[in-house]
Amino acid sequence: MSGAYEENEGFDRTDGNGGDAAAPGPGEPETLGKPDEPDVVGGSADPGGPEAPDGPVPLDGAKPAPRIPLPRASVEDGEDPLPSPGRTVPLVLEHPVLKSLLGAWALAACSPEESAAVDEHLGECGACADEALRLREAVVLLQRPESLDLDPALRTRVLEGCLERRPPRIPVPEWAAPYDAETARLDALLQDFGDSEWHAPVRLRWFEADGTASRRTTVAGVIAHLLTVDGLVAVALGLADPLGEITAPTPAPASRTEAYWRASHYPPTRAVRGPWREQSHGIVRTASFTGSRSGRMPVSYGDFELPLHDAMLDRAFECWVHAEDIAEAVDYPYEPPAPRHLNRMIDLAARLLPDVLAARRLAGLSPGGTRRHLVAAGEPGRSLRLEIEGSGGGEWLIPLDSPGAVGSADHEVAHVALDGVEFCRLAAGHVSPVEAAAGQVGDREAIRDVLFAAASLSRM
Amino acid sequence: MAKKDVPLRWDRKMQQRLARGEAAALGELYDRFASLVHGLAHRVLGDERAADGITRDVFAHVWEHPDAYDPKQGPLRSWIATLTHRLAVQRLRVTETAALARGGPGTAEELERKVRHASVAARADYIVQSMPAPLRAALELAYFQRRDYRQTATDLGVTEDEARRRLRLGLQLLATAHDAGSPGAPPGYGGAA
Repeated sequence: MSGAYEENEGFDRTDGNGGDAAAPGPGEPETLGKPDEPDVVGGSADPGGPEAPDGPVPLDGAKPAPRIPLPRASVEDGEDPLPSPGRTVPLVLEHPVLKSLLGAWALAACSPEESAAVDEHLGECGACADEALRLREAVVLLQRPESLDLDPALRTRVLEGCLERRPPRIPVPEWAAPYDAETARLDALLQDFGDSEWHAPVRLRWFEADGTASRRTTVAGVIAHLLTVDGLVAVALGLADPLGEITAPTPAPASRTEAYWRASHYPPTRAVRGPWREQSHGIVRTASFTGSRSGRMPVSYGDFELPLHDAMLDRAFECWVHAEDIAEAVDYPYEPPAPRHLNRMIDLAARLLPDVLAARRLAGLSPGGTRRHLVAAGEPGRSLRLEIEGSGGGEWLIPLDSPGAVGSADHEVAHVALDGVEFCRLAAGHVSPVEAAAGQVGDREAIRDVLFAAASLSRM
Repeated sequence: MAKKDVPLRWDRKMQQRLARGEAAALGELYDRFASLVHGLAHRVLGDERAADGITRDVFAHVWEHPDAYDPKQGPLRSWIATLTHRLAVQRLRVTETAALARGGPGTAEELERKVRHASVAARADYIVQSMPAPLRAALELAYFQRRDYRQTATDLGVTEDEARRRLRLGLQLLATAHDAGSPGAPPGYGGAA
């Protein structure tokens, strides 16, 4: 977080008000030949050790020297080049030692005795005086760095501007764009994290067996999770498996993640960021090279598979969801994806719903079927209108009774309206289907089934 | 030496990928350098939107003219910093001159001083970012956290001699920000990288 800089926001050592140097506090002149401190300037071998070893010599009626160094005077404050001389009897130090002190002196980061010794020396040594001046001018140039928080939308604007001016020969496929954008956004969030952020606790939540499941980890653990599950796409594209030698009991996302976490003796650290980012860049790059041909290539998630273009959307969605988990854990704001990317993610969820509805029915999780009306594959069937509000929204007709049926407005039996981000939180298992803020009209059973199916799209 | 070769190989590869027209390479380039570019531009111009504009111009230039970078002349990072510096200072001069022409306050000399000041400040930022991390850490402790060099030595787990050496060397590097001569001259973004 570059906290070093932020904490000192109001601290300006360059505004030559001259206060410190001109008017030494009561403690300043005390610093005379402390016999217990010779080692600071070269150790016992230093022949030019303290000149006044007989203990404190009060000047100007000052009190004897305290053992603990007092706050330093800012040497560079004030207009006059040197702090008023003669207040302390300087240490006598050799030229190489004095020279080595110039940086600390310019930063007002040495003891008052040393500072005085340097001051004294500068009157006699032209080379050191030149360097001292140069280094003090350099101190003025130390500034807090500019804020590193770049507007994530700037990336899209800049890249699009470039690509308009010179169309790419190898474009990033449209279906890979949300993943490209979301990984870049998360990486920017991680950029300034210090150790305390990397180890901040995060609770991953998802919906399982019609209840909320969760798993504790850390920010670094979440990135490890993304690394291992993105690895499914990497492997499908012919890239290396981030699990390497580690074998997971099954290729399912949770199983891979747990295996990765278990295999490490220590909890994941910030070191996981590099491999994760390298892999995500590699995925975008390789997807660009394989181009539109590869979009239909299957990516296995263990118990199901998705065509590559949907798997990339799924990974973009997961990246955003977990970036929100991380942002929440470290108390940072985090925005939803760009509307057109959000729209693609919602569309993926809407397309997956009929299969999930069918699977839930088979598993006996859905009481539905009372009104079930089977039609031939490809025929219009009973449908629910899913209306997603907000930017990135739209309308989807979800066939209720069979994945083979086609959604149809003529057979609409229910209508649900949700905000886009709320729908995604539901699909991520972060909001329960009973609590999701949804406007509902029509067949209550159908609505309940669809909301529960949406929540069960989530996983660790 | 191996330490230097790796980034240079990355630089060469990046240039080839850009020349080939690979959009994914442009994204990676942005991810690596956007905060550097935006930060420098902001330091010179002191304005968010103007810095956004420079960021757009810099990446557009690299994307349209990847061959303008010569890996033999130094790292891509220095080249991009130099380009950013040049474009930002140019824009500052244009906007300030226009303001002056409209009857704004100040004189031509003040304008030159402002440009020079912004130019040195941006170069100083770059030097601090690019200097070896141990030097930067020592300066941060001594300057921003007001630690004296003995405390700095303790914090960094080094000898007091070493702490003094790092503070001095860090400031020596930083002082080279003043060395570019006139603001129109190449700002010398190579040295500290």
